[in-house]
Amino acid sequence: MPTELQPRAPSTPRTARANDGIGLSDVSRAYRDQRGASVQALAGISLHADHGELLAVVGPSGCGKTTLLELICGLQSPDVGAVECAPAALMPQRDLLLPWLSAVDNAALALRIAHRPRAEARAQAAELFAEMGLEGFEQAHPHELSGGMRQRVAFLRTLLSGKPVLCLDEPFGALDAITRTEMQGWLDRALEREPRTVVLVTHDVEEAVVLADRVAVLSPRPGHVLAELDVDVPRPRSRTDAEVIVLREQALIALGMGDRS
Amino acid sequence: MRRRFLNAMPALVLVAALLGAWELYVDSGSTNSSILPAPHSIAVALWGNAGLLGHNLAITAEEVGVGILLALALGFVLAVLIHLSPILRRAVYPLTVGSQAVPIAVIAPLLVFLLGFGLLPKLIVIVLICFFPVVVTTVDGLAAVDPDQLKLLHTLDASRWQSFRFAELPAALPAAISGARIAVTVGVIGAYIAESQTATSGAYSGLGHEINADLTSLQTPRAYAAAVVLFAFAIACFYTLALAERRLAPWGNRPRGDIR
Repeated sequence: MPTELQPRAPSTPRTARANDGIGLSDVSRAYRDQRGASVQALAGISLHADHGELLAVVGPSGCGKTTLLELICGLQSPDVGAVECAPAALMPQRDLLLPWLSAVDNAALALRIAHRPRAEARAQAAELFAEMGLEGFEQAHPHELSGGMRQRVAFLRTLLSGKPVLCLDEPFGALDAITRTEMQGWLDRALEREPRTVVLVTHDVEEAVVLADRVAVLSPRPGHVLAELDVDVPRPRSRTDAEVIVLREQALIALGMGDRS
Repeated sequence: MRRRFLNAMPALVLVAALLGAWELYVDSGSTNSSILPAPHSIAVALWGNAGLLGHNLAITAEEVGVGILLALALGFVLAVLIHLSPILRRAVYPLTVGSQAVPIAVIAPLLVFLLGFGLLPKLIVIVLICFFPVVVTTVDGLAAVDPDQLKLLHTLDASRWQSFRFAELPAALPAAISGARIAVTVGVIGAYIAESQTATSGAYSGLGHEINADLTSLQTPRAYAAAVVLFAFAIACFYTLALAERRLAPWGNRPRGDIR
């Protein structure tokens, strides 16, 4: 059984944590903007997520959340500090489905990249289509799918990469409120079936509290952790649960946006 | 069918109006009919020489068809090399641009000397004229791939070749086909230039050769009839490629919200 989820070697040499989690200790990272000026994205940030844990990262726009995910996925290296990570797959903010591939081929992209035969890759992806409420849309092309469906296919593509860590960058940010609530429930159930270590970046405090085991609140740029909240509330949660409302308020206060602040 | 006909109406009305004006202008006697024949005498020449024109069209069509395929292959390979290698970009791109400034008349005698009177020198002239739009549009198409898409493929551990195969290549295909459409239209006039510039022997002819021979022997209506065939052939080539584009790259140019 454990051989099935065995991660492939990451493309960049990083220390893999034995427990399939992630850990950042005292990481700083600057990047150059379009005019060549240096921008400090992250300053001394420390975060960890254990195996199977869902860590939500909330913060104001431009707090270095995308930089954070790219560090975890090995697309960037820290200037200072250490990133210790099991191999991670990124689900970007825009779904970035390939318009020339059908939904099932988009979902199976990682399998094709791993040189699995086309028929086998499709069959494996198609199996999950039914589970994820996408049955009947296997052959549809991305432009024929609704926003919510596209995000589901993008999530499946991330899941089928077989990597133990999933990095979700504002996955529902572009959806309307009704679809977003539906998709949050869907993600909750999907992760129940296919447990992974997840880092969920969002600007929606409520979404963070409804979905996460732990919420890290980031400061404006340069980003560092202002507060960490344990969400010890039984699932499935609703945004009207009393505990959810209390935690949401705590997170907002940490962001300096509480009702009474 | 009815809708097709309605779509073609504006073009047909325009052609009819132009032909009418042309006929009136020639009939008014203000020009010599051996310089500008009237549409009706061109139609008569077209009908009377159908066999000869068909024979020459077959020759020109072969030149254009084979020439375009070679130009597409060459243009595409060059574009990929230019895209993948900065050194080749610096080495090949300026020469590619320069090749378009070479007057065909300068190299035509050399080509005939080296390759004879047949198909081959004409093919080379057509390829030389046609490959350029394919290179330029394909290079731009390859460079226009979404960089986030490449980043995503990198997180899925795609190799350089896999990124090319899954993202850059299909992203460039609509642009490459647009280049091919330009190439096909200039390919027809390229065939005329090739036939005019490279000497021909025996039965080997073609519409361009026919036009030039008829003009010198004052068979002007037949020259015009041959030009009409060339004109129709160019239009047919262009729309054949437009159809191919819809089959090969349905993700390009699709109007939003149009589902099949």
